[in-house]
Amino acid sequence: MKEVVKKIKTNFKGRVINEGEGEFECVVSRQGVNTLATFQKSALKNAKKVIGSDQNNPDVFGKNLTGVALILPQTIGSTTGGLVIQTICQMGIAPAAMLFSEEIDSLAASGVLLAKIWENSKLIAIDKIGKEILENAKTGDRVKISKDGKITLLPKNLEAKE
Amino acid sequence: MKLTAEEKKILNGEEGETKAKIMRTLVEFGELFGAKRLVKVTHDGHLVTSFGIGLLKPVFRTMDEIIKAGLKTEYPFTVDPRPIDYKNVKCGLLDKLIFSKIMYSKQKLYEEQLKKIGLRDEKSFTCTNYLPEVGNTPKYGDVLSWAESSAVVFANSVLGARCNRNSGMIDIFGAIIGKVPEFGLLTDEGRKASFVIEIKTSKLPEAQILGSAIGLKVMEAVPYIKGLDKFLGKKLNDDVIAYLKDMGAASASNGAVGLYHVENLTPEAKKLKKDLILENAQTYVIDDAELERVYKSYPVMWKNKEAKPSLCFIGCPHLTYSQLISWTNKLSNALVEAGRKKVKIRTIMTTSPNVEEKFKQADEYKKLMKMGVKISNICPLMYTNNPIAGGKPIITNSNKLRTYSKSRYFKDDEIVKIIAGGNA
Repeated sequence: MKEVVKKIKTNFKGRVINEGEGEFECVVSRQGVNTLATFQKSALKNAKKVIGSDQNNPDVFGKNLTGVALILPQTIGSTTGGLVIQTICQMGIAPAAMLFSEEIDSLAASGVLLAKIWENSKLIAIDKIGKEILENAKTGDRVKISKDGKITLLPKNLEAKE
Repeated sequence: MKLTAEEKKILNGEEGETKAKIMRTLVEFGELFGAKRLVKVTHDGHLVTSFGIGLLKPVFRTMDEIIKAGLKTEYPFTVDPRPIDYKNVKCGLLDKLIFSKIMYSKQKLYEEQLKKIGLRDEKSFTCTNYLPEVGNTPKYGDVLSWAESSAVVFANSVLGARCNRNSGMIDIFGAIIGKVPEFGLLTDEGRKASFVIEIKTSKLPEAQILGSAIGLKVMEAVPYIKGLDKFLGKKLNDDVIAYLKDMGAASASNGAVGLYHVENLTPEAKKLKKDLILENAQTYVIDDAELERVYKSYPVMWKNKEAKPSLCFIGCPHLTYSQLISWTNKLSNALVEAGRKKVKIRTIMTTSPNVEEKFKQADEYKKLMKMGVKISNICPLMYTNNPIAGGKPIITNSNKLRTYSKSRYFKDDEIVKIIAGGNA
């Protein structure tokens, strides 16, 4: 079969929920991130880093999620989700940024707001970025985030083979 | 968001700093989703956070702040199950040490905090607060400030109440202010279905697998389920309620479903029929092969995948009265078939304190006790959070428990054979 080489899209923009800037390594979950299942194990252990523990999500399972830009469609699962995000922010082990391709879901939104208003957390949150970010970003790539919601992927390779 | 003069006063801190922070959280939460106003909560609350896990420092600190500010919820509330029951769910010394001294070290303190802000009573610890025996049962159209994904999806779908999938803390905040932002599942438009699920199976699907399949597919969308009434009928009797409870819990934990409609069965589907389906709704066909594909996709998380199970949990969400009766009879028949008097694997059935009280009056209670099964009011998920206890080979018929722990899922008919000591 003929190999198709596609240029990677690197510039995106979303709605700023909690502003911030910086350059981070990204972890990309193409499916919804189950907050409780993903973060609870590390939080319960009082660990210094979150290692994703959701058995149903190979994109985050076993990966370091502390200090990264977590790129995801939305969060899913138990309604403890918001509290879990607030807690990992308070513990200082949260991702640096949560970048949602879709509109943020109610549980993640609660977590981001609880962290911001009650913990003075700097967790960056941007939503409505569009599906293309999930298709173009790869775990391990770096990503630059600006205060106005601009997101620039800094992939190791600007071309993707299909 | 357009606020009333009274709401603005609260937001500006005229009723104290803590109440202002609570109001700010609710207002910003609503604004993210385009809410135009806050609407009155019309029924008792239900909270998801029932456990005093030491590391949840933000919860205890916020609760203290609420108590110091003299704030209480407008209506009494129920709360999810307690995490520990040493009498019925026996533990080794090391397990006890981890549960009492490390994991749930703040349980007593937290329960005191709950009482101070409006906990209904000592029997209020269950995830099936909406069952008639427990009595926190909203009516059609009630606006709720609840969390606990399985309770929210039940209240929305089976009772026709209106509640968003709130997070822990947001549930308390809405119950204290007595108002919640109006968006999503609180609006007529937000309750319309963007997925049509067509059930084309040869028999009634296993509730827990059907819910899982729907949740994994639609995520947080509202599904309109066709073809299930062929098996369940058109009336919400006890067995149907139990089925929908389990299906909903699986859809909410495997995905993020907050509301589903079942054609000819659930209240809004009966009233509004196909008007509930959005024009460009997608279709997902579920047949026997699709259910089997989903079932086979569940990974076995035990260290030794061939290990013999040492514990079985049945009842996540908590069992209804009719489920306790039916499990007793199924198990009794399976034991006769296996030539045994008692279960081969330690089995815990979990239910609410109120349902347990009722079940104790039934003949089946003594029968179940004679089979060696224990009844508890705990949350199995919180039990399996203990790395030692949860690391053992546990089996369950709960897709929610499977999702959040290493427990291995089996269908009802399989699990009954396994615990009775027959061949699965």
